[in-house]
Amino acid sequence: MQTSDKNISALRALLDNIKKAPVHFLHAVFRHDWPNTDRTRSQAVFSNFFLHIHSTRIHERSLRFWSTCGLGVASLCTFIILVATGILLMVYYNPSTELAYSSIKNIHFVVPTGKFIRNIHRWAAHLMVIFVLLHMVRVFYTNSYKNNREFNWLIGLALLVLTLGLSFTGYLLPWDQLAYWAITIGANIAQSPRELTDALGITQMLDIGGLQKQILLGADTVGQEALTRFYLLHVMVLPLAMSLLIGLHLWHVRKDGGLARPSEETEEKPARLLTGQEVAFRPVATKTYGLMALVKGKTPVVDKGTENTVSTWPNAFYAEMAVFMVICSICVVLSLWMDAPLKELANPVKPENPAKAPWYFLGLQELVSYSAFMGGIGIPTLVLLGLAMLPFLDRNPEQQGLWLAGKSHKAVMLQSIFLGAAIVVSLLAFTIRFGWMRDWFPGINQIVITFINPGTLLIALLMAWSLWISYRHNSIRIGAIAMFSCLVIAFLILTYFATVHRGPNWEFYWRMSEWPTH
Amino acid sequence: MNDLTRKPQPIGRRDFLGQIATCACATALGLATVGMARLPFPAVIPGESSKVKIGHPADFPKGESFWIASARSFVFHDHEGFFAISGICTHLGCIVAQNSKGFHCPCHGSAFGLLGEVKKGPAPSALPWLEISLASDGQLIIDTQKFIPAGTRLKV
Repeated sequence: MQTSDKNISALRALLDNIKKAPVHFLHAVFRHDWPNTDRTRSQAVFSNFFLHIHSTRIHERSLRFWSTCGLGVASLCTFIILVATGILLMVYYNPSTELAYSSIKNIHFVVPTGKFIRNIHRWAAHLMVIFVLLHMVRVFYTNSYKNNREFNWLIGLALLVLTLGLSFTGYLLPWDQLAYWAITIGANIAQSPRELTDALGITQMLDIGGLQKQILLGADTVGQEALTRFYLLHVMVLPLAMSLLIGLHLWHVRKDGGLARPSEETEEKPARLLTGQEVAFRPVATKTYGLMALVKGKTPVVDKGTENTVSTWPNAFYAEMAVFMVICSICVVLSLWMDAPLKELANPVKPENPAKAPWYFLGLQELVSYSAFMGGIGIPTLVLLGLAMLPFLDRNPEQQGLWLAGKSHKAVMLQSIFLGAAIVVSLLAFTIRFGWMRDWFPGINQIVITFINPGTLLIALLMAWSLWISYRHNSIRIGAIAMFSCLVIAFLILTYFATVHRGPNWEFYWRMSEWPTH
Repeated sequence: MNDLTRKPQPIGRRDFLGQIATCACATALGLATVGMARLPFPAVIPGESSKVKIGHPADFPKGESFWIASARSFVFHDHEGFFAISGICTHLGCIVAQNSKGFHCPCHGSAFGLLGEVKKGPAPSALPWLEISLASDGQLIIDTQKFIPAGTRLKV
C-alpha cells in the first residue's frame, strides 16, 4: 500500500511540475520575481545580460530631457534600425558591377516592402550622422568630456569616423551615377597626398596617396574590386568595429560614473583628516546606505533613493523606449514622404555634373575645390586631431553636465558663431568674386596654393580668434568654446553653400533653377 | 661556498624569462599582423589592359581631335603628328570635357589649356600626355599608364 501511495504522489508531483513549468521556465530565464520592489527592480537590471550595462539606480538629473536630449540613445537607435534593415536588404542585394544596380532596382520596384525598407535604411543613415554630430555638440557644450571621461570622448570620435565611413561605403553599393562618381572623387581624395609629395618631388619614394587609393579600390579605377571591398567594409568590418566600440562607449559611460553632472552646490571644501588624507563631505552622503537599498523591504528614505537616484527599472527604460519609438516614427514618416534616390547606371566615361557627395561631406567638397589634399585630408585631420586633443588641453573640471554654465560662456559662443559666419561668408564671397591665386598669378607653384587657400586661411583665422579669446578671458575652456562654435557654424554654412549654391562645373548659382540645361 | 652564493640581480630569472616571453609573443603577433596587412594590397592591378588600340592613322584626319572613350583620352593629329592627352582630371579623377579653349572639369571647375596645361581651378598639375605608338598591324596604340613629356608627338 505504502509503495503505491508513493508512486501516486510522484505522479501528482509530475502533474504539478507540468502545470508549474511555465512559471519555473520564466524563473530560470529571469531568476527574480516581477520587478515591483526596489530589490527585484535592481535584480531585473543587474541579473540581465542585456540590461546590466545600466547601473541599477540612475541619477535623477540624468533622466531630465535637457541633460542629454536623448541624442546618444537616438544614435544607438538609428544604428539598430540600420542593422535590421541592412540585413533585410542583403537578402536581395548582389555586390557585382553587373547586377548591383538591377538588384537595387529589384528591391525598389519588385521586392515586397523593399522600397520602404530601403527608404528607412537611407533615412536612418542620414539621421545617424545628424544624431552623432548633435550628440558630440551636446557633450561639448555641457562640458562632459573631462574628469575621467577623456578616453570615452576619444571613443566617441572614433564612432563618428566609423559612422561617416559606413555612410561613405554604403554610398557606392547602388552602383548608379551618383555612387560611381562620389566614390571616384572620394578615392582620389585618399590619393591626394600626392599633391604634396608631387610638389616636394618625393612621390617615387613615398607614395602614401597611391597606397591609400590602392587599398581602398584594389585597382586604379572604381570597378568590381572596389565594389567588393566597399561591400565587405559596409556589411562586415565597419559594423563589427562599430558594435564593439558602441559597447565600449556605453560601458565607459557607466564606469566613468554615469552621465556627467555638476557636483552638488552644497558641497563643502575638502577637509583634512588627522592622517593627512583629504576627504570631501557631501550632505547627501552623511549616511551610507550601502546595500540596504537593495534589501527586500522598505528603503531608508521612502520614494527617494540614495543621492537623488531613482531605480533604472522602469524609469530609464521608459525614457529609452520613448526615444526609440520617436526615432522609428521619424524614419517611417520620412520614408513615406521621400524615396531614396537611384540615378542611372554608373557610366565610367561621363561624370555626373555636378557630382556631389552626400550632404555631410559637401562642406569638405567645397574645401576640396580649393585644394584636394588640404580640403580632403589636411583640414579634416587637423579638426579631428584638435577634437581628440580637447580633453587633454582643457582640464578644468568646473561646471560639468550643465549647458555653457560658466561666466561669459554663452556670450563667447554667440560672438564666435557670428564671427565664424562672417569669416566663412566673406571668404566664400571673395573667392567667387575674385578667384584665387592661380587666377592672379598663372603658373604659380602648386605648393603655395596647397598651403594658402580659402580653406587653410579659414582654419588659421578661427585658430587665431580662439587663441585670442583664450587669452582675453584667461580660460582654455572659453577658447575651446570659441573654436568649437566657429567650427560648427563653418561646417553648417559650407554644407549649405555647397548643397544649394554650387551647380554644374562647381560654379556659383543663386538657385538651382538658374542651372544651365544640357 | 663563496662562488655558490649569487649576487643580487637587478631582475629575477623568472621575471626576466617572463618578460622575454611576453616580448617574443608581442613581436610574433605584431609581425603576423604586418604580414596579414600585406594581403589587401594587390600584386597585380586588375582591370583592362592599359594599352588600347584606337584604329588606323588614316581614321584621324589632320587638324582634328577625337574623344576615345575606351582610353578615356583625347587624340589629336596636327601638322607635327599624333599625340594623346588623358581626359582624367588631375584634381579628383572626373572626366574633363573639351571646349574651344581646351578642357574643363565638371566636378570642381578646373580648366586646362589646349595642350593640357592648368589654367584655372584646383587641379595640381597639367593633364598628362600619354604614349602613343604604332602597332605591328598598323593601328595606333595608346598606353594610358605611360606618361610622356608634353610636346612629344608621333610622326607617321
